[in-house]
Amino acid sequence: MRDVAVIGVGCTRFGEKWESSFRDLFVEAGALALEDARMSGEQIDAMYVGNMSAGRFIEQEHIGALIADYAGMATRHIPSTRVEAACASGGLAFRQAVIAVASGMEDIVVAAGVEKMTDVEPGISTDTLTGAADREWEGFMGATFPGLYAMIAQDYMHRYPLTREQLAQVAVKNHYNGARNPIAQFQSEITLDTVTRSTMVADPLRLFDCSPITDGAAAVIVAPLDRAREFTDTPVRVLASAQASDTIALHDRRDISTLDASVAAGQRAFRMAKVSHKDIDMVEVHDCFSIAEICAIEDLGFCKKGEAGKFTADGETALGGKIPVNTSGGLKACGHPVGATGIKQVFEIVQQLRGEAGKRQIDGAKIGMTHNVGGTGATVAVHILGRV
Amino acid sequence: MVGIISYGVYIPRYRIKVEEIARVWGANAKEISGGLGVFEKSVPDLDEDTATFAVEAARNALLRRKINPDDIGAVYVGSESHPYAVKPTACTVGEAICATPNMTAADFEFACKAGTAAIQTCMGLVASSMIKYGLAIGSDVSQGAPSDALEYTAAAGGAAYLIGRDDPIATINHTCSFTTDTPDFWRREGQDYPRHGGRFTGDPGYFKHVGGASRLLFSQLKTNPKDYTYAVFHQPNAKFPQKMAKDLGFTSEQIKPGLVVPWLGNTYSGASPIGLAATLDIAKPGDRIFVCSFGSGAGSDAFDITVTDAIESDLFQRDAAPGVMQQLADPIYLDYAQYAKHKGKFVMQS
Repeated sequence: MRDVAVIGVGCTRFGEKWESSFRDLFVEAGALALEDARMSGEQIDAMYVGNMSAGRFIEQEHIGALIADYAGMATRHIPSTRVEAACASGGLAFRQAVIAVASGMEDIVVAAGVEKMTDVEPGISTDTLTGAADREWEGFMGATFPGLYAMIAQDYMHRYPLTREQLAQVAVKNHYNGARNPIAQFQSEITLDTVTRSTMVADPLRLFDCSPITDGAAAVIVAPLDRAREFTDTPVRVLASAQASDTIALHDRRDISTLDASVAAGQRAFRMAKVSHKDIDMVEVHDCFSIAEICAIEDLGFCKKGEAGKFTADGETALGGKIPVNTSGGLKACGHPVGATGIKQVFEIVQQLRGEAGKRQIDGAKIGMTHNVGGTGATVAVHILGRV
Repeated sequence: MVGIISYGVYIPRYRIKVEEIARVWGANAKEISGGLGVFEKSVPDLDEDTATFAVEAARNALLRRKINPDDIGAVYVGSESHPYAVKPTACTVGEAICATPNMTAADFEFACKAGTAAIQTCMGLVASSMIKYGLAIGSDVSQGAPSDALEYTAAAGGAAYLIGRDDPIATINHTCSFTTDTPDFWRREGQDYPRHGGRFTGDPGYFKHVGGASRLLFSQLKTNPKDYTYAVFHQPNAKFPQKMAKDLGFTSEQIKPGLVVPWLGNTYSGASPIGLAATLDIAKPGDRIFVCSFGSGAGSDAFDITVTDAIESDLFQRDAAPGVMQQLADPIYLDYAQYAKHKGKFVMQS
């Protein structure tokens, strides 16, 4: 298996991008990645595109071909493949690109993610996202994602010492980081009061515990590590690519406050990368809801089960903490265009490893991690990236 | 020069407070009032509708200025809530003020700016000498689905403007419009309530069009906000016109007399016409007023208006009809159940 490197990255600004279509978004992200890698589209051998639900959000399927076409690569007939795993679509698209290069099948491969979510009304977007859960046993019974994660939060708070304020601190910290990230949807810092006094969505989750509806796209280019210097002076090596599955319905899980797929994918990634937790300088985790970040940092092993609330409140996950979590602002503040999120996480870690993260830069960052979840944890992709 | 010969307003006396609506839906009233800058809204009486508002407003305009109704050659009523889908409100108004039958009439619809579109149409007919006077009305029993964000502001009322050439109380120096096909807010035939695109109604809707029409007028006339005594903007809530005014360079003092939405609510087609009326209620000869309406769908009409000596002359009796602040004073507050009755929400035995 060949070593793989990220040689170029690009990301649109995230937000309610009413002036940009689905096509505009991925073309912009792709062009930024090509420019970053100082290459032209003619050098691309293959593409993998993470997208959850263009069929329902913009009534467009056949996304692989569409992107190849509008990226100007259709007439070169390169293989272009859509990857779907709900909110983990981006993470899996990156993993497919890494596998393609590692296997020797392809050399220069684009991994992209895109979602255009604001063309439909909120009720439709909520229902579309519910498709990431078990439609027959959860969706048809009235469960929505805020509802499912609220059940996780209820169970967690019943069993472990997590306070309302500690949970709110996740959002406060992520907004602080988002305010230092030029692509973030939300550029304002918030206080604990902002979270604890916001509109109740699904008890105990309030509006500011929830990630937003977002338009956006991100793209990264991967290549064999031994060719990386042809394109960039600052290649980033893919140290591990792991993926795990679990039951699609939350109620079938062994324990709903632990995402076993996160645990499995995390352990596999650490083994593959041959690094330990203390080697990780920062991690992008899937904070679709504040409780999801609490679970994620425990499931990945950055603190013990039940201690993530205090760990967060003590500032250990903040910039300058023991393990900075979601320096991009996470899904909460940077935004969550579902198919693009997994690629944006890689984009953030690459920026950190190159020392290009501006006001949110982690000094001397050498190794970073991404954690991308589909549904309530039925799919998880974890990647570890390192400076070369 | 073509201008405003007279104007009149009608606001029903009933109000409901934002707190009362929020109580029913379990919402945070403080957050809603703070976000919108609206505290209460007007509610029609059981037997009032867009047509009765239009008639009352027209009669108030005619109380202030003695003209022969036979000289009114056109009546246009702009509204999103005409009582009939087919059968014009304008005919009812024309009949009620004795302007029929030698007149043209039509109902207008352009979301919240149909009233100002009617003013522009009357200006054209007067300027071309096709008619002596034209009556342009913006009137609405504003629609908003129960529990929707619109319910907190959707109010009731109307204003009428008599447009002509002889001794206007205010000349309309210029008007221009800015229009695009933008689906920010809509209601299809047969639907009871409008739908809207949430925050999409902001930047791509209101601010793009009001800003577009305003800047177009400034560039055509080579004016700037400092040239105006007062400014009136469409006011779906207090935040939008305040932000728009600030962005364009108007002061809060300039928009103060015309910003009636906090205690009136959004009267849709009546909103900017009532805001202008509130400003004319206190205006003095020589005052220059900037007006910019907004209608979803979407478009804005901007006007440059100068108040003349006629407003204080014997030709015009401003006090012959109640002003906007007078009509806002001394309201009767309803609880939600009474409000629901007034809005015809109960299914009655037929």
